[in-house]
Amino acid sequence: MDKKIRILIAKPGLDGHDRGAKYIARALRDSGYEVIYTGIRQTPQSIARTAVQEDVDFVGLSLLSGAHNELFPAVVDELVKNGADDIVVFGGGVIPQSDIPFLNEKGIQAVFTPGTPIKTVVDFIESVQERA
Amino acid sequence: MSLSENVRTGDMRSIARALTIVENNDQGREDLVDSLHPYCGNAVVWGVTGPPGAGKSSLVDHIITLLRKDGKRVGIIAVDPSSPFTGGAILGDRLRMQSHAADDGVFIRSMASRGHLGGVSATTGDAVKILDAAGYDVVILETIGVGQTEIDVMRIADVILLVLVPGLGDEIQALKAGVMEIGDIFIVNKSDKDGADKVRAEVEYILSLKYADAPEKKNPVVMASALRSEGIDTIVLKAREFFAQMQENGGLETRRKKRIELEIRKSLLHKIEQAVHYNLDFENQIDSWIDAIYSRHEPMYRLVTNKSKHILKEHAAS
Amino acid sequence: MAENKKIDERKKLWEQNTVKPVLDRFPERKEQFSTGSWLPIERVADPRPFTEDEYLEKLGFPGEYPYTRGVQPTMYRGRFWTMRQYAGFGTAEESNKRYKYLLDQGQTGLSVAFDLPTQIGYDSDDSHSVGEVGKVGVAIDTLKDMEVLFDGIPLDKVSTSMTINAPASVLLAFYIAVAEKQGVTKDQLRGTIQNDILKEYIARGTYIFPPKPSLRLITNIFEYCSKEVPKWNTISISGYHIREAGSTAVQEVAFTIADGIEYVKAAIAAGLDVDNFAGRLSFFFNAYNDLFEEVAKFRAARRIWARIMKEKFNAKNPRSMRLRFHTQTGGSTLTAQQPDNNIIRVAIQTLAAVMGGTQSLHTNSRDEALGLPTEESVRIALRTQQIVAHESGVANTVDPLAGSFYVESLTDTIEEQAWNYLNKIEEIGGMVQAVEAGFVQKEIQDVAYRYQQEIESAERVVVGVNKFSVEEKEPKDILKVDPALRKVQMDKLAAVREARNNSAVQEKLKELKQAARSSDANLMPFIVDAAREYASLGEICGVLREEFGEYKESIVL
Repeated sequence: MDKKIRILIAKPGLDGHDRGAKYIARALRDSGYEVIYTGIRQTPQSIARTAVQEDVDFVGLSLLSGAHNELFPAVVDELVKNGADDIVVFGGGVIPQSDIPFLNEKGIQAVFTPGTPIKTVVDFIESVQERA
Repeated sequence: MSLSENVRTGDMRSIARALTIVENNDQGREDLVDSLHPYCGNAVVWGVTGPPGAGKSSLVDHIITLLRKDGKRVGIIAVDPSSPFTGGAILGDRLRMQSHAADDGVFIRSMASRGHLGGVSATTGDAVKILDAAGYDVVILETIGVGQTEIDVMRIADVILLVLVPGLGDEIQALKAGVMEIGDIFIVNKSDKDGADKVRAEVEYILSLKYADAPEKKNPVVMASALRSEGIDTIVLKAREFFAQMQENGGLETRRKKRIELEIRKSLLHKIEQAVHYNLDFENQIDSWIDAIYSRHEPMYRLVTNKSKHILKEHAAS
Repeated sequence: MAENKKIDERKKLWEQNTVKPVLDRFPERKEQFSTGSWLPIERVADPRPFTEDEYLEKLGFPGEYPYTRGVQPTMYRGRFWTMRQYAGFGTAEESNKRYKYLLDQGQTGLSVAFDLPTQIGYDSDDSHSVGEVGKVGVAIDTLKDMEVLFDGIPLDKVSTSMTINAPASVLLAFYIAVAEKQGVTKDQLRGTIQNDILKEYIARGTYIFPPKPSLRLITNIFEYCSKEVPKWNTISISGYHIREAGSTAVQEVAFTIADGIEYVKAAIAAGLDVDNFAGRLSFFFNAYNDLFEEVAKFRAARRIWARIMKEKFNAKNPRSMRLRFHTQTGGSTLTAQQPDNNIIRVAIQTLAAVMGGTQSLHTNSRDEALGLPTEESVRIALRTQQIVAHESGVANTVDPLAGSFYVESLTDTIEEQAWNYLNKIEEIGGMVQAVEAGFVQKEIQDVAYRYQQEIESAERVVVGVNKFSVEEKEPKDILKVDPALRKVQMDKLAAVREARNNSAVQEKLKELKQAARSSDANLMPFIVDAAREYASLGEICGVLREEFGEYKESIVL
């Protein structure tokens, strides 16, 4: 079996700050994963369709514009609509701690706020994979 | 419905799952691909290759738009190299085609080479079949044309578009690297840049040498600019013309049969290799064999011949 | 270079007799020391007293070419830098309240932040605007919103900086129209529009149209303002965002100036005389952590720009050669952990900007890694500037760090390396080509990656994050933007559309469309006309989108 973990890194909405997303993409590649990065200004719909076509295991959403409470759950909804509720969604960016429980409830399994070391993200991915 | 049946209905998730089975070489891969066999052969397979930085993905993006205007359903497989150090990969070709992400008539799948030695072509070959059986009219296979494996991958295609650009400093090298041999349509992208005409001239020159005796067979060279959306309709036109010609003169059948021959060879070799490894308990034995050779205890060919004697009975002598 | 033989000899002895014994007892903290941007740092900078000629050529006096020491002879002895805090969120009403508060607290100029839909030319009712209305700035759909935004704020007395790029022409048109209603004529208006599209392609992402039509809009604005709004700074050529994207100090200077060169070239190609518009070009830089590197960076930037304007573009008016700039403290240096630490970071960055000779300054608030700042946090940020201005003494002489062996050496190094980039970009064919080829983005990404790796490995210490961290408490209040805002804004927009003269709007939009199609019409008057009739931002940009098309990201990963 030649399985590799595939991860989609996406930026929903209008926020154009992609330094973090690009860093995560590269760092995850260096950790041995296959990463698809789709650039900025993605709609929840195109993110979900991309995730399905690429049959990814994880979707990582990056957002710094404060629109996470609307857009992250919208991505989860689109994934469910496309029959892909088994894809694990995590997020990062400028997200206050107090919003995290709401996001968790809406299906975003983990939120990595500024300053989180890449190791934490990798540990999360590995732990999810083990459970599966 | 089985996965195979779902693939044929064009269900996105099923197609994606099927592609994963192929990519991961899961149990059931062979049965899956075989079950789709009767439904393959309709899609026209376009290969797009060329050196990194040539702008292939941007061109493909425009080509998709044109094909969609004609009502064609398009499947794309974009292959990128895996890091030899970490095994990971950043699959970034799709990024330049994202305007098509919401289009039901377009399916894009990114694949990493995963360090397969010549195995990439097996995976991509099967992946193309899946998209073919799923009902896509055109399947575009995009790879970087720099190595033997990439050239092997391109043999899967019916029509091969070779994309070159000015300013990479080594146009002639790329032309010599065997990649030139497999191109059907030659495209000079970034045609607005300095040196584009020089590239065209070099390509024309090499082609004129190759077809000195039959100049009417000379491949078309198209000037294009993905940035300015120029030359795209010519590319599509030439590709279609080329395909039509091949259909007429039997070239298509020859190519596809050659493709099957390569697949058979690869699959056969793979099976034999697997059987041999199993029979010889390869994984457990290899270290002791290496030691024997390293310590000059035994010469290599003798060791290999001895170890494989009982399997290769008839051929041991030759 | 002055004779240094005696010093060289003494230095050798010093290293043998004084340094070595200490190193034998305990080594230095690191093998190699470098600035935040990896420029190597010596134990002691070589003392290089300038000869008179060297001083005059490389430094000169403040207010004179090459302006290394400052663009103005008296600098803060005459007037402090403008304390200009970027602000705006939610509705025009709320933003208006915050502006009045800041002006009351002693802020001396306004700086408007717009939400993402506005920055990208979408109305609040556009499908792209879901979740984004009023989040990172104020939502402006029509002239009506602009009127509310500046209600009770006299536009002849206050200078306003607007952080708007792709649709800058439209927001400027709104501003002009609001001023008209206040009875203030265009020639009295003072302010800035950021209007720097190249850095959007490189680092910030709020572009709309492709480069060519974008440059046309920019040069249209230069021309229009040079005649109609002469006190207006028509562009703020920005390095701030390039630095935030992860660039080094050298790249920040080089790429910003390269952008500037491109704009000057475009304006000249459009038929403008360099001395007619160059005096109104302004810049916008970052103030990052490494204090001395930042000061050196600002000085190097001034020197490079002066030389370019004089030698490359043959500017004759000294105004054209002066690099005037606004500074913002580095947002990416703020930590979500132990947010009060950010107050100290910002204070150090303020010192860097001030000792570097900035014309105006925005200081970040301590809570900005978490969200938009609360009123209290903004006040502390403003006080930081006021304390530096009134209590620290650094504003009492011009260019206080001049002559420091270290700072002068860093200034020279940064200048030299920046020139390398400028030459390389020239070779590629200019900044537009370099961006399309992905050269600039790749340079930035590579160093950004390295920087982040150093933080991950704790080689680069970030206090509170990878060292000296604590169990974090739930932070106190953070500003939240009401999600029902979009509906509120949509209702307002609908009301405006009801009340306005719709046939006049259609007519003006049609005229704009035709003007856009003709390659040499100046679009500003058409945009102002449409604005007056309450055409919405989305409608105006929609017309331009149809004519110009949209830019496609060119990514290099």
